[in-house]
Amino acid sequence: MTRNEAASDTLVIGGGVVGAALAWGLARAGERVTVLDDGDIVLRASRGNFGLVWVQSKGANMFDYARWTRRSADLWPEFAAMIGEETDLDLAYEKPGGMHFMLSETELEAARARNFAMKDVTGPDDYGAEIVDRHELDKIFPGLGPDVIGGSYGHHDGHVNPLKLLRGLHIAMEARGVRYVSNARVESVAKDGAGFAAETAKGRFSAAKVVLAAGHGTTELAPALGLDMPLRPEKGQILVTERCATRLLPMPTHVLRQTDEGTVLIGDSHENTGYSTASYTPVLTDIARHALRCFPALAALKVVRSWGCVRVLSPDGCPVYHASETCPGAFAIACHSGVTLAAAHAMELAGVIASGSFGDRFAAFHPRRFSHAQAH
Amino acid sequence: MPKRIETGGATVTFTFDGRPVTAIAGDSVASALAAAGITRLRDSVVSGAPRGIHCMMGACFDCLVEIDGIPNRQACMTLAAEGMTVRAQQGAVSVSEGGRA
Repeated sequence: MTRNEAASDTLVIGGGVVGAALAWGLARAGERVTVLDDGDIVLRASRGNFGLVWVQSKGANMFDYARWTRRSADLWPEFAAMIGEETDLDLAYEKPGGMHFMLSETELEAARARNFAMKDVTGPDDYGAEIVDRHELDKIFPGLGPDVIGGSYGHHDGHVNPLKLLRGLHIAMEARGVRYVSNARVESVAKDGAGFAAETAKGRFSAAKVVLAAGHGTTELAPALGLDMPLRPEKGQILVTERCATRLLPMPTHVLRQTDEGTVLIGDSHENTGYSTASYTPVLTDIARHALRCFPALAALKVVRSWGCVRVLSPDGCPVYHASETCPGAFAIACHSGVTLAAAHAMELAGVIASGSFGDRFAAFHPRRFSHAQAH
Repeated sequence: MPKRIETGGATVTFTFDGRPVTAIAGDSVASALAAAGITRLRDSVVSGAPRGIHCMMGACFDCLVEIDGIPNRQACMTLAAEGMTVRAQQGAVSVSEGGRA
């Protein structure tokens, strides 16, 4: 199959939330974009994630990440409206703020200290996280379990239906002329003349620029382009209840969220089991037990499904954005929070990539920080 | 309309929305309903569109019905039993602090 030998401005490798947000943004910047996606059997963090657009506590170890997260949360309402208008799809995005429940004095003190440490992180623009006591929590969450002693409320937090987001991005990018090729696993990608060429199961594709946005699939492709993408897998498991007409949760919390369609999602675990997406009863039991401590009323709901999914994490948990020094025009983008950062990726990062270079942007997200850490 | 390819054997009787349905012992609720020509088991909580039997093997969660007062049971995964009260579902379940409302 050689008919795919059609030049684009940019090849985006990966059709998940990160790749699709960038492809939409690049098309919006006027580029001709081809998205090369793998098959349905790959890890697909975009289909297994929880759907939080979450600001509080992100980037406690890297304030540039905290600011970038906040930037994305600020852009999210406009971003969701744009995708909604271009697709006639309601992404079920809401920004009511988010609550992190605290079940011990130790947790509460740690959250208080973190909120204090981060209070000036966005300058005069309020960081927007505050500790609320049990009395305040009772007004927001009727039926809270006795073990919850307080919480941290983040004004800028929200949530979205992540499957509708992924679908919306795909419809919107194709409407803007992006060519999407599924089952086109990229076997190799390398410099080719003035641009780049990718060999795939569906033929050869070339473009002036290339963006690796394939989650864990990025690591293997990166070195040939002078890119470094150190990522580690971390499994999270999620339980889903039957649909519930009662609005149990007026806002998302860090482990519970009720979707627009009524189901309650219950997470989350942090497990080191390699790239396995298996879902196991012992961990699910712990997840359910913790959820019931927060909300005893959940016991009345049936769990209809559970699954495991693998997070895309760098060694410090913060994003890795790398513009190749040796192959200018090649970029690699990986992050844990593809949903939270979708707005910033689509509306800002894509524009920077379209310019051909990061310039002085995103220095904090460069992977050189990991080699420094090893040197110590 | 689906047709039984095996007949005979002991029968059990249950009701669907008050109407008696005769099943052959060993039938799932879903197969007994299908054999009786009943295909609309509930309306989608999200869209209101009718829902019925689809996968017949417990995977799709489309054939949810209320059985003996408990909603969202999979008709295809539940054996038909004498005297069961099966109902079509409209809307989602509600809960209160004391349990199901």
